[in-house]
Amino acid sequence: MIELSDIRKVFNSGRSNAFTAVDGVTLSIDSRKITVLKGPSGSGKTTLLGIIGCMARPTSGRIQLTGQLTRAVTFSVEGAAAEVTSLPERFLTEIRRRAFGFIFQQFNLIKGITVLENVMLPAYPMGEGFKPLRERAAKILSDFNLSGKLFAKVEWLSGGEAQRVGIARALINDPTVIIADEPTAHLDTKLSGEFMGIVERLKGEGKTVIIASHDPIVFDSSVIDRIVEMRDGRISGGH
Amino acid sequence: MRWLEKQRNIIDFTLSSLLRRKTKNIALMLVYTLVVFVLASVMFFAGAIKKEASIILRDSPEIIVQRMVAGRQELAPVGYMEVIKKIRGVQSVRGRLWGYYFEPVAGANFTLMVPEGGAEKGQIEVGKGILRSIRASEGDMLSLKSYNGDWVLLKIKGALSSESELVSSDLILISEEDFRRVFGISKEYFTDLTLHVHNSMELNTIAQKIQDLYPDTRPIVRDEILRTYDSIFNWRSGILLVIMSAAGLAFIIFAWDKASGLSAEEKKEIGILKAIGWETSDVIVMKFWEGTVISLSSFLAGIILAYFHVFFTSSTLFEPVLKGWSVLYPHFRLTPFIDEAQVMTLFFLTVLPYTVATIVPSWRAASVDPDSVMR
Repeated sequence: MIELSDIRKVFNSGRSNAFTAVDGVTLSIDSRKITVLKGPSGSGKTTLLGIIGCMARPTSGRIQLTGQLTRAVTFSVEGAAAEVTSLPERFLTEIRRRAFGFIFQQFNLIKGITVLENVMLPAYPMGEGFKPLRERAAKILSDFNLSGKLFAKVEWLSGGEAQRVGIARALINDPTVIIADEPTAHLDTKLSGEFMGIVERLKGEGKTVIIASHDPIVFDSSVIDRIVEMRDGRISGGH
Repeated sequence: MRWLEKQRNIIDFTLSSLLRRKTKNIALMLVYTLVVFVLASVMFFAGAIKKEASIILRDSPEIIVQRMVAGRQELAPVGYMEVIKKIRGVQSVRGRLWGYYFEPVAGANFTLMVPEGGAEKGQIEVGKGILRSIRASEGDMLSLKSYNGDWVLLKIKGALSSESELVSSDLILISEEDFRRVFGISKEYFTDLTLHVHNSMELNTIAQKIQDLYPDTRPIVRDEILRTYDSIFNWRSGILLVIMSAAGLAFIIFAWDKASGLSAEEKKEIGILKAIGWETSDVIVMKFWEGTVISLSSFLAGIILAYFHVFFTSSTLFEPVLKGWSVLYPHFRLTPFIDEAQVMTLFFLTVLPYTVATIVPSWRAASVDPDSVMR
């Protein structure tokens, strides 16, 4: 479980253009469930997602990882909750790559290298042997029907294929939590539907999925367990 | 083991990254190689020419005595030899015969010299530079016009093989008799005298004694010859310094350009890498390998090219400037000689700053929050 208490994020703090993106969010996110952060643009979803995924530090407030997730925090005592906001960058990165897999709105694939290399990329700094890593990446890609595209350059892919490569890349380090930011923003209805199918499959495999979206295909989907509505950096509702 | 695998993986990505920006990186490597090539050529040339000078000076006499008349060099009479020989501390005195001969067909100056051990009458040994300039080979005849207009016909016995072609390139070794015929010098005279002494500490004292005995002489001790060579090479070093400064400046501009920023695309990529779990240090390691691959391979290419340029093609590119004014261009080949310390210096002055210049902007880009790619 991920527990957020009174999270605030202020950009340009102390300056005339200071802007509060997340304003006192307290939230518990259950493991092995699909949670959607719903809200209009500028409501603070993406910022909150970044904070949950240890990509950015909140200005104030605390985040605690409990249960299965604490395994990603190498120094934590088994079973005890791990407070992550105060950790130095090195530890945050360690947690980020062990516990979280990210799917981005723009896919954020690296151009000029192959599909296979893109998927292997998050695992490179882990020091895993090249051959087993390559086999694992190929296996994940074949699960997403991309076996024929292993050596294709990413810029040759269609939107749906690029999305699936992005998902495969998010899964390479076998994370506990998948974080997706507006994953259907660049997909048509059919592909968006397929994406929700994949999300359901991931949930079935025991992953926790957190999605930020204002796309009805996502938050109206039957596979969603919980919706957290956001507006102006605050939680405004949900069910 | 994990550390090694990590480095291997990162290098793997670095290489495919470099291949993605093929044109840019090839251009970078070309400029880099060119700069190292110029710097290393100059360095090798200067080092080798100094080495040549030390070879020349190794066997040079300790004192050379020239006779001067009103500031102009004149022939030294044999009688001087007998008197000088008696000065305490002088081991031996020898008369030398040498002179310059202008060959109008080749348009070049040759140096004629009677070797210490003497030479066979009617035969000569010539430097390779001369053979090339008059297109002659072993067994051919060479005719020299003597002081009174007579022709002296000489047979080329062979080419001179020498440790230093700088000395032998324009040299003709000739017998004493032929030499005197060409220059019209009687047996009572030599061009100059050379001395060997028992104790090199006494060189200046002996030189002073000679000067006192014969006020019309100029004794030149080896240190002075050394100084002359040094000033000649230093003058050339001055030109080399100008070339070096230009190349150095080019390198600084080039490294500065590299250091002053990353393209938007590169910055975005660094953001992606951070977002998918790379640490700042991983990005720096990647950039380090990128810088190392480019700079090390360019450095090696530059050094190898410079080696070929200086020692195999006789520094074709800056030969006219560096090798002097001689009418006969001495197409000599320098003896390969490399000063490791100089190569190391060049390494630290190019590879190191370039690698740092690659890392610094990446470090700045890599220390941003990874969520920047989401915004």
